[in-house]
Amino acid sequence: MADRTLLGVYKEPDNVADAVSRLRQAGFGDNDFDVLSGTPYPEGTFGEQVAPHRLFIFPLIGAICGFSVGLLITAGTQLSYPMVTGGKPLLAIPPMMIIMYEGTMLGAILFTVIGVIFESRLPRFSLGVYDTRITEGYIGVLVACPPERAGYTEQLLREAGAEEVKSDQRGA
Amino acid sequence: MQERRVLNEAQINQGLLGFVLKTPGWFWVAALVLATVVAGMLTSIVVMIVFGLGPTGLNRPVFWGFMIVNFVFWVGISHAGVMISSILRLCQAEWRRPVTRAAEVLTVFSLATAASFPLIHMGRMWRFYWVFPFDFDRMIWPNVRSPLIWDPSAIFTYLTGASLFVYMALLPDLGILRDRTTGWRHTFYSILSLGWRGNPRQFKLQFLLGVLLSGLILPVFVSVHSIVSWDFAVSLVPAWHATVFAPYFVIGAVHSGVSAVVTMMAILRWAFKWEDFIRPEHFDALGRLLIAVATTWLYFFMLDVWFGIFGGESRELSVMEQRIFEWPWGLMFLIILTLGYIVPVSAWLFRAVRRNIGLMFVLSILVNVSMWMERLWLIVPGLQNKERLPFNWNLYIPSALEIMLVIGSFTLVMLGLLIFSKLFPLIPVWEQKEGQLLREEIQIGRRRVPAIIRE
Repeated sequence: MADRTLLGVYKEPDNVADAVSRLRQAGFGDNDFDVLSGTPYPEGTFGEQVAPHRLFIFPLIGAICGFSVGLLITAGTQLSYPMVTGGKPLLAIPPMMIIMYEGTMLGAILFTVIGVIFESRLPRFSLGVYDTRITEGYIGVLVACPPERAGYTEQLLREAGAEEVKSDQRGA
Repeated sequence: MQERRVLNEAQINQGLLGFVLKTPGWFWVAALVLATVVAGMLTSIVVMIVFGLGPTGLNRPVFWGFMIVNFVFWVGISHAGVMISSILRLCQAEWRRPVTRAAEVLTVFSLATAASFPLIHMGRMWRFYWVFPFDFDRMIWPNVRSPLIWDPSAIFTYLTGASLFVYMALLPDLGILRDRTTGWRHTFYSILSLGWRGNPRQFKLQFLLGVLLSGLILPVFVSVHSIVSWDFAVSLVPAWHATVFAPYFVIGAVHSGVSAVVTMMAILRWAFKWEDFIRPEHFDALGRLLIAVATTWLYFFMLDVWFGIFGGESRELSVMEQRIFEWPWGLMFLIILTLGYIVPVSAWLFRAVRRNIGLMFVLSILVNVSMWMERLWLIVPGLQNKERLPFNWNLYIPSALEIMLVIGSFTLVMLGLLIFSKLFPLIPVWEQKEGQLLREEIQIGRRRVPAIIRE
């Protein structure tokens, strides 16, 4: 676990791409740095690698759960108090399907949202090293490094064109 | 299509967050006026809680009147919001950027307003919890065969989905607001933003969220208004008992909802001076969409009338006769056709009209006047039951209390939108920035043509 975090603040995307290249050359891995921006740049703009995610499994699990709850409510209530009406089958399948469908969709929606929050690593209770200019057009490069490499990393970020480098004693 | 001005991130922040960060005097006046009318609506609800349905104009045989009309109308308005937003997101249509959030927020407030009307109409609204299967001791369960149980399940799903859609797509903008505020507002936005920092992974997941939720909510939107239509269609009331009701209601909802989006966008452009963001090209595109939607609606409208006549069943025929030839329904039939189709579609055929925001505003209101009337025209004549037992004949005349509820519902939605726009930007700031970032111009022959780079 690194115990120093540095944030290089850049004005131009080209400088950020340069900073990312320098960090890679200096031996930093994909998990050691992150790029922060207020605008969604196309993936790979800065040469960064986005780690794989498992978002698509979430709606599937949610849909199965929602369907099961829908089935439990509709079939369970009718079976637990079996009242035959007009000689018709006890389980009324067509109306059950309506509620099971809504349950399936609700489960899928809820789990999609949970999945996005989980995979985005939110909620995050502390922003750590941060600069409010990031939401006004600047781009931040956040680097986690051991204390003995902090000076070298700061120099590296500045050489790539950082307007300012902020640091924190806490881990990333 | 693109006529945008080039803006940097600070200018976009300033333009779209200005109203959130600074409160103009007119906000308090508008909020006070709207809140006063909403207070009138609440008073009417209290009167109904105390005296029941007696003070309304509802009486045998018409027990579904203005409140149910309002319910169907607001569910309809709620539909276009998410539909527009979802379809445009899935297609990655560039002109979606200023439209999506306002449309989604309109969905949330109109759906919440719609959902309140069956409760008000119940009289004893505190008994609502009986729609949930909770009585395990006596095993008294809700009847899953009843559309009155399908309705809450569909609306609950839709309202939950739409609210989460709005909130999740707000996360990047909440991060911007957190960085631009101090004091309690900073704390408020910090909590809501969940610690959003805007790294590539979070933005990628935002994009996927838009795609996934759009894909999931679109079928829910179709199911919700289908189920609302089945409140009527699975009954044996003449002129309600029609298989065409589900698609007819859905397309009617889209017609009124897209028109409501046009109304709202015109108001946003004027009120917040968002000329750089909501431009004539957006009204042009919505106008073209409305021509197709209105024509499909007309097809189903005429189909419903035709099915009623073609069957030759005497009770159906008597209702259709009443709807088309008898006062006041005959006049309404003409108004619905004229304001819902003939006047607006004839006008929308002209590009100059579609790009004239004032005219688009007026036409969109005319469409919704017609669509509200259409719901009344669909619901009440069938119940008036004019064929059997003359002592049962009755003309429904709404009371002042019901009229107050209708007026109050419009102001409630407006007040909700006003308060939301004070707390959050009604145009997604981060999506505007993305649009500016990906904007490019290419030279084709002697012209420079705007283009958009897409993945």
